[in-house]
Amino acid sequence: MMDTVLAISYLVASITFIGGLKLLGSPKTARTGNLLAAVGMTVAIIATLVLYHDEQGQHLGNIPLIIAALVIGTGIGWFMAMRVQMTSMPQMVSFFNGMGGACAGFISVLEYKHLLAASAHTSDAMLAGAVHTPNTWHLVAIVAGLLIGSVSFSGSIIAFLKLEDKLGDIRYRGQMIVNNLILLAACAVGVVLVVEYGYVGMEHVAFLAALALIFGVVFVLPIGGADMPVVISLLNSFTGVAAACGGFVYDNMVMLIGGILVGSAGTLLTVVMCKAMNRSLTNVLFSSFGGATASGSSKAATGSVKQLTATDAAVLMAYAQRVVIVPGYGLAVAQAQHVCHNLEHELEARGVSVSYAVHPVAGRMPGHMNVLLAEADVSYDKLVEMEEINPLFKQTDVALVVGANDVVNPAAKTDPSSPIYGMPILDVEDAKNVIVMKRSMKAGYAGIENELFYRPNTSMLFGDAKATMTALVNEVKAL
Amino acid sequence: MDPATLSLIYLVVLMIFLGIELIGHVPSVLHTPLMSGANAIHGVVIIGSIIVMGMADDALSLTLGFIAVVLGTLNVVGGFVVTNRMLEMFKKK
Repeated sequence: MMDTVLAISYLVASITFIGGLKLLGSPKTARTGNLLAAVGMTVAIIATLVLYHDEQGQHLGNIPLIIAALVIGTGIGWFMAMRVQMTSMPQMVSFFNGMGGACAGFISVLEYKHLLAASAHTSDAMLAGAVHTPNTWHLVAIVAGLLIGSVSFSGSIIAFLKLEDKLGDIRYRGQMIVNNLILLAACAVGVVLVVEYGYVGMEHVAFLAALALIFGVVFVLPIGGADMPVVISLLNSFTGVAAACGGFVYDNMVMLIGGILVGSAGTLLTVVMCKAMNRSLTNVLFSSFGGATASGSSKAATGSVKQLTATDAAVLMAYAQRVVIVPGYGLAVAQAQHVCHNLEHELEARGVSVSYAVHPVAGRMPGHMNVLLAEADVSYDKLVEMEEINPLFKQTDVALVVGANDVVNPAAKTDPSSPIYGMPILDVEDAKNVIVMKRSMKAGYAGIENELFYRPNTSMLFGDAKATMTALVNEVKAL
Repeated sequence: MDPATLSLIYLVVLMIFLGIELIGHVPSVLHTPLMSGANAIHGVVIIGSIIVMGMADDALSLTLGFIAVVLGTLNVVGGFVVTNRMLEMFKKK
């Protein structure tokens, strides 16, 4: 009876995961989808606490301590998730992903230890009989869970640090070979743990964990910060697979289904994100984006840069028919989304049509700009995706680029030697006037020069996005 | 390979296809919340950590299990809350 209730709870949870993921795919239903999955998760956790028992009918012990751990985790998780700035969402996701990976790693370590202890017990009882061997597939799942979970943990933490700008890109000659050797060594230790079960001990488990942790670090280190979203998405699917390994070990359906779903959906999402940048996954992971290769494109970026004042810019926009705002990471860092909305408001009051051009990878994550602008109450239908807005730039009087750089770099179309060559960009250069708001002439995240800034129809408006934007709003009001 | 393991493998294969179908045509606007939501769902690994901690019979296992449950809860709670906060931004006014 109790088994049936537990199984049904897991089934319900699995259905909420599937339904939740489906609902997350559409803007109207996404929130419901998230809540649905959260409810399912709660059901699964409570059912496990109350109803779970092992093959000998033994119920779970340490319940008060488990509940204490749940309460502590909930408190910290809730606090962190509520406190984090919208601009830091990507690294927060990465951090939580790493926690899941670490959790999977710990489970594997403890389960291997548990099995070893059980075998030792059995062989004692059988008086030097053969070593009790557990199901080989279970062993494989334990080892795989440890390997994948650890890589996901350390990789996610490195991605987190990179997005926080606490860590740069580290590259050296022969890096790929070293990385592959570390991975190979980790796999070899993993095979030993399975094949030589009973003859090797926990020190081999620790060795595997160490190698996997190191691999996670060296795997993410050389990848450029602009590509972190792809890496996070990939590590996300890794953690899914690690969770599924746990499902194998315990024959636990909800872990298996949840884990594999995220594993496959996450992998596809990773590929889709790469496609949005017109690059392949291998290109993202194994080519040094924005490193030494960037030098080729700098030669094109010569000539003079025009500057204009906030007053000039205000006049230009206030008497325009059509203004397109192109937001980028600079807008996010300066927290300028609210002022930006004010500007839109002021311009619309003067009969100017204003829309926003959102590049799929503007900011640090796909959808980053949409989230930010939505926070500032910018209406959803003012945000226009790249394919739709590109033909309209020709009829645009002013394109206002706010802290965006690589996504408007014409080198992506014209310079085959550029590392971003082939990436679809916003064709702001087609607009009659381009105003670029930037803090300085510094290169963008990909580390390359932008010839757009030297075009005759481009003027630069230097300064912090929020301060400049506020000045602009005041100037427009004063006109 | 015993029948039980085999049926698990069937399940895995089906889930892989289901996962791909579910994500098929999602607008890029929703990539970040979707990734974050998926991130919360793989927090289901917490079930394993609860089981492992519930069966722990020595101080070391108990301590490690405790850490695992805390980390797993972080993944679940943080994941869902962050996703919800992102999606709140999409609310129609």
